[in-house]
Amino acid sequence: MPVEIDIARVAHLARIALTPEELETYSAQLLDILEHAERVQALPTEGVEPTSHPLAMVNGFRPDEIGPCLDPESFLSQAPDTEDSRFRVPRIL
Amino acid sequence: MTAWEAVIGLETHVELSTKSKMFCSCPTDFGDEPNTACCPVCLALPGALPVPNEEAIAGIVKIGLALECDINESSLFYRKNYFYPDLPKNYQISQYTFPVCEHGTLDVDVNGEPTVVGITRVHMEEDTGKSSHIGDGGGRIHDARHTLLDFNRAGVPLVEVVTEPDIRSAEQARAYAAELQRIVLSLGVSDARLEAGSMRFDANVSVRPVGETKLGTRTETKNVNSLRSLQRAISFEIDRQIQVLEDGGSIVQETRHWNEDTGATTSMRVKEESEDYRYFQDPDLLPLEVTAAWQDEIRSTITALPAERRVAIIEQGVDRETAVILVDSDELSGLFAAALGDGVPARTVALWLTGDVVAYLRRNEVELSSTGLTSEHLAVLGRMVDSGDLSSSAAKEVLIAVLDGDGGPGEIADDRDLLQVSDTGAIEEAVDAVLADNADALERIRSGDMKPFGFLVGQVMRHMGGKADPSVVRSVLEEKTTDSR
Repeated sequence: MPVEIDIARVAHLARIALTPEELETYSAQLLDILEHAERVQALPTEGVEPTSHPLAMVNGFRPDEIGPCLDPESFLSQAPDTEDSRFRVPRIL
Repeated sequence: MTAWEAVIGLETHVELSTKSKMFCSCPTDFGDEPNTACCPVCLALPGALPVPNEEAIAGIVKIGLALECDINESSLFYRKNYFYPDLPKNYQISQYTFPVCEHGTLDVDVNGEPTVVGITRVHMEEDTGKSSHIGDGGGRIHDARHTLLDFNRAGVPLVEVVTEPDIRSAEQARAYAAELQRIVLSLGVSDARLEAGSMRFDANVSVRPVGETKLGTRTETKNVNSLRSLQRAISFEIDRQIQVLEDGGSIVQETRHWNEDTGATTSMRVKEESEDYRYFQDPDLLPLEVTAAWQDEIRSTITALPAERRVAIIEQGVDRETAVILVDSDELSGLFAAALGDGVPARTVALWLTGDVVAYLRRNEVELSSTGLTSEHLAVLGRMVDSGDLSSSAAKEVLIAVLDGDGGPGEIADDRDLLQVSDTGAIEEAVDAVLADNADALERIRSGDMKPFGFLVGQVMRHMGGKADPSVVRSVLEEKTTDSR
């Protein structure tokens, strides 16, 4: 079954700039992956319970309790730019 | 002229008031110091893994149950991918297919006209950090030179309640929002403070000619942070869209921004391409399982919802509007409920609380708790009116004196000589005296002309210094004027 993929659009959505050569390389690689998925999809799965997670576990909750936070200096100091104890980023729009 | 119909759907975000965040143990109650409630999970440091807060799941199930939703026993967390720095992961953990709650309803009443608003879904997600846009435009994103980020709020549990496009007017939208706020407050799962942003609304609005079944192009209005603004923003948007269409234009699907000062919505951005959040199941999180047993356990913690409490009060003979005010205030409804009892007129007490008491508190800028008014005071005062010992106007005077701290109702009525005489002996004497002085009036009544009756009641009241119970005066007078001997 033919699988089509608009690699340029995928790259745009992920905000990754790709050269024409890279577009071709990744396009081919992604197609391989999708074709593999196609093959898996073609397997007879009638009577098999759908699975949404590989582990036979659910929830994994934690109680609503407060734990320690980081010292702001410890992570702000690693940011490219900060101002008034906040991360400073370029204008958004 | 075309008659237009508005079609409105609301998305409401409610921050849950858990102690810790949704997927990490940072506190949700942080001060003003930026970035002090952050850890590797909510900062998205490499390798950090989210662990869901059980209390938050219980909170969303509570909301879902209160909105008559089906609770999915099995639901999943998804990643909503987008590029915006308010969440450092570059995605928000949310839900897509299989939200925790689906297919609910909320009954809304506008001026006695009931409407059922369908609830499409209620899903669990996480709040974003706070962005401050720095520039010349006074915080406006378009004029910003750069943006500062504080991630204290990032990861606070957030519940999104999405309605069906069932709402037809700005008033209905407001009534829905107000009722949802009441429900959330009464469940105790959020402080639902609009001005603080812990409850926020987005309004999807479109218009279409009456009779048309297809939906018109809609806009989404954001930044609405009060019930009044919600109503105003939707009204504005409905009028604007009708104007555009009547002028031969077309509506652009876009996000619009409500400006409180100008009272108008303005275009924020046109969506260049249909949004593609590339939702996929978050591999870091296990499937959620809310078993029937857990649902029952959560259901058992839900006390009577506002609508139910209003009905109970209305059944006591109180009008709807008064019942709404009572139920909206835990203090007032608490006093009301505790004051009820044998011989206590529920309607009168309800009107005192929502009328005289509320006005008193506002006028004197005091809290109810500091006045010392108790349910016992209200019960005693209610019984005094019911038995005819106190006229309704005298009762209001006593009520104000009780609020002023002058003492108990009995004592105040006594001190101020406000008690009515309902002792028929004294009243009979007064009636006899008045009738003796007004022989012609008596004659007219006996010949079938009832006009002087009111005059005679007034005379008796005057004779008694205004302290007679008028209903007793009437009945004695009736008896004596029809008595031909």
